[in-house]
Amino acid sequence: MAMNKDKDYGTPASESAQTVKLEIDGFDVTVPAGTSVMRAAASIGIDIPKLCATDSIDPFGSCRLCVVQIEGGRGMPASCTTPVAEGMKVVTQNDRLAQVRRGVMELYISDHPLDCLTCSANGDCELQDMAGAVGLREVRYNPMGENHLKAEKDASNPYFTFDPSKCIVCSRCVRACEETQGTFALTIDGRGFDSKVSPGQNEPFMSSECVSCGACVQACPTATLMETSVIDQGTPEHAVITTCAYCGVGCSFRAEMKGDKVVRMVPDKNGGANHGHSCVKGRFAFGYATHKDRITKPMIRKSIKDHWQEVSWEEAITYAASELKRIQAKYGKDSIGGITSSRCTNEETYLVQKLIRAGFGNNNVDTCARVCHSPTGYGLKQTFGESSGTQNFDSVMKADVMIVIGANPTDGHPVFGSLMKKRLRQGAKLIVVDPREIDLVRTPHVAADYHLKLRPSTNVALVNAIAHVVVTEGFVDEAFVSARCDVQSFNKWRTFIADPRHAPEAVETTTGVPAADVRAAARLYASAKNGAIYYGLGVTEHSQGSTTVIGIANLAMATGNLGREGVGVNPLRGQNNVQGSCDMGSFPHEYPGYRHVTDRTTRELFESNWGVKLQQEPGLRIPNMFDAAADGTFMGLYVEGEDIAQSDPDIQHVHHALKSMECVIVQDLFLNETAKFAHVFLPGSSFLEKSGTFTNAERRISPVRKVMAPLGGYEDWEITQMLANAMGYPMNYQHPSEIMDEIARLTPTFTGVSYQKIDEIGSVQWPCNEEAADGTPTMHVNEFMRDNGKGLFMLTEFVATQEKVTKMFPLILTTGRILSQYNVGAQTRRTDNNKWHAEDLLEIHPHDAEERGIKTHDWVGIKSRVGETVLRALVSERVQPGVVYTTFHFPESGANVITTDNSDWATNCPEYKVTAVQVSKVSQTSEWQRNYHDFSEQQLELLAKG
Amino acid sequence: MNIEKLIKMANDIADFFNAESDKEIAAEGVKKHILRSWDPRMRSEIIKYFQSKSNGDGLNSLALQAVRKLTEMI
Repeated sequence: MAMNKDKDYGTPASESAQTVKLEIDGFDVTVPAGTSVMRAAASIGIDIPKLCATDSIDPFGSCRLCVVQIEGGRGMPASCTTPVAEGMKVVTQNDRLAQVRRGVMELYISDHPLDCLTCSANGDCELQDMAGAVGLREVRYNPMGENHLKAEKDASNPYFTFDPSKCIVCSRCVRACEETQGTFALTIDGRGFDSKVSPGQNEPFMSSECVSCGACVQACPTATLMETSVIDQGTPEHAVITTCAYCGVGCSFRAEMKGDKVVRMVPDKNGGANHGHSCVKGRFAFGYATHKDRITKPMIRKSIKDHWQEVSWEEAITYAASELKRIQAKYGKDSIGGITSSRCTNEETYLVQKLIRAGFGNNNVDTCARVCHSPTGYGLKQTFGESSGTQNFDSVMKADVMIVIGANPTDGHPVFGSLMKKRLRQGAKLIVVDPREIDLVRTPHVAADYHLKLRPSTNVALVNAIAHVVVTEGFVDEAFVSARCDVQSFNKWRTFIADPRHAPEAVETTTGVPAADVRAAARLYASAKNGAIYYGLGVTEHSQGSTTVIGIANLAMATGNLGREGVGVNPLRGQNNVQGSCDMGSFPHEYPGYRHVTDRTTRELFESNWGVKLQQEPGLRIPNMFDAAADGTFMGLYVEGEDIAQSDPDIQHVHHALKSMECVIVQDLFLNETAKFAHVFLPGSSFLEKSGTFTNAERRISPVRKVMAPLGGYEDWEITQMLANAMGYPMNYQHPSEIMDEIARLTPTFTGVSYQKIDEIGSVQWPCNEEAADGTPTMHVNEFMRDNGKGLFMLTEFVATQEKVTKMFPLILTTGRILSQYNVGAQTRRTDNNKWHAEDLLEIHPHDAEERGIKTHDWVGIKSRVGETVLRALVSERVQPGVVYTTFHFPESGANVITTDNSDWATNCPEYKVTAVQVSKVSQTSEWQRNYHDFSEQQLELLAKG
Repeated sequence: MNIEKLIKMANDIADFFNAESDKEIAAEGVKKHILRSWDPRMRSEIIKYFQSKSNGDGLNSLALQAVRKLTEMI
């Protein structure tokens, strides 16, 4: 293994289809028009010295190290900013150029500490490399002259240090912050000798707008911006390409290692989803994997009042299997089941559903997508024929108008958020549909053309109103509809949606959005050459989540915005493997590839491959499992990687259900909230400790590669396999690649997928089969994936939520996430990301706060029909009057004590986004929080005793 | 299973299919959705409830029609 660093071509690649032929140092070279001379030279192995240029950002031409001579041209132009021309003859090396470059380097080095041997970038420093490349042998300037050598370090950021004494003011960090990340947190302050990199208004990094994405650190050619881990541990010695374990963007990373220790995670510039960019979570927040809270020994106990007992793997697995079998013997075959997480790999989720269907003999398997994107699966399957988004991320660069509904990409999907901002800075238009003012509404050099600030729970009414304008104002793409869609369903829908009750004016009082804005936004989207819709949990987590997804699909079909780049319907998946866990048959009614359990042909295929008779009835969904547990018919549960006791709604009901079960088996990294109700704990492995694949929101299957041994001794798929064998259902996989081979054999959209293919091309987007050997970046190009190939329009009547505001509960609570924390926080809470967000806060509008005498930092009680909790207040105009907002990253916050069991009609996805509450100033924590604290302390004591 | 929850679930499904003007098609849609997504114990609970003295009290008219169809399948 080696570092295998990627070549830096100096400037970005040109996408021109035209080519230009030129000569560089006597060698012919043909490159796309618009390529820089520097890149053209690099493409034939001639590396022109450079400092301010790097191929992730546009050329700047400031360092003057990359000068060349061009036959017939004047002077010495910078090769980074000089585009190639037909017939051009370039000289990159001669005495005159060497003299100029040495002079430039001499100036740089005259104001640079000569501490290379003790410098953190020693061996990984472009300045050092260039000094060697230009043959610098002396510095003639007075070392005692005015310099920056004593400039003070900024170590405010926990993950990287800014040492201005080593800065050469090349502006790479400033440009990376602008071009790659789009935050514009950095600038060059001062002029001439006084020029210096300045975060914000000359503030420390932590006080500035910096979002700690690491783009500046990545771009820095010296040790000026350096990872703290490298400063502490030295430079890594080998690297392994793997995939991030956080959000649904699925960024590719180089895990840069020393032995089996990760020194740093560096975004992989070949990554199909991220192209070398990252966010604060994926780039820096990996320390949880080796956190002291990790449990690495299997444990069992009879009752949750008993202390935990460490046992061997064999004993734990035997005990777990015997308990599950005992429960089945006592309560029936259908009395047990399992839940996986979108944090598991494809191979793991496939294996768990196989264990449950074939080993447990029932279909009681579900996954956490139940509580996030199950409506996406339903809605898009019904209308388009496939439960997935239609585009790749890069497609956004061809979008002319974007609608972002119920998503907050800069926080939830930061790397894609940056790509969106890049396109918006190029001039694309933006319509934001959100009750809250997300960052995209107004951020440096980006402003939404329309922010439709609707009332929570009124998505369907608003989407219908947009569709009404499309239909009644002549924006329907008739040619697309007649060629590509089920015309009968369209005609029915057209009549339905044209009814005046769906007009923007008719629904204005429902949605709270001015009709004129809705009409204008609808016209903007419908008249765009390429209109793309992006949505998130603000769409799905409603009682009409599936209806909104269907409404969005109707809208895209009616306007012909499908089947090519720049358009589409794009669900932004919350976690890294939401798409994959759904693909793998983790829902109780579907086998892998979204085929229903009642489909006899599919069932027989699996029966013959798995060697058992399979049940033909759908199993229990997660909330149904809780209800059945309370009812005494569901008594044993195997949970891998999911923390239902924190993440699911109406948490007191969940806790009651867990307490009602006779055996709860938790496989996880930590004693999470669910494990506090468990009887068997099986130590799971982090993404660094196992092999497998994740599938991101653009259907991209990317490799997860083991870089260290599992701390608990086994990879997660091995644990499931041991449990299956103990249950009497034999499994004998030697490597996850064999599991993927089985998935490919049994799933029509995966037949071309293999580890070999992924190793060869880096990642692959399904469908990948005979028709698309290298995968499918854009779906539904010629026809939809429904049986008849036609897109189906469905009727989407608005039905008001039953979660009504009243005098007692006059405000609507809606929930969301924040950039620095992730989901239930089990990972990010165990990192320095807490320095950005150490607790969940309740955002409340100044009017509502004033009415209640609430100020920022006050403790406030939030009471709903099902529970009460207490948080600190943050008075903010980001929320509208009547709406309050919080995140759910900390278990003690009890956000889900308040949320109700109201759910999506089609999938039972909880209505997290709408809870009627009252908020009042209080002086102490809620009763639930006090009970939770006591229970949690008791469980930690029982762990310590074990 | 909590019958109140099952009634609410059935009604919510019916509320979606109610957009269909042909109520026979709509009821068939509700029935099919329940068949394809409910665990058998949930279905048998709602059928049992429908067959009891309650006569499906609390179910809206479309949900009631769908549950009747489910009952006829037994």
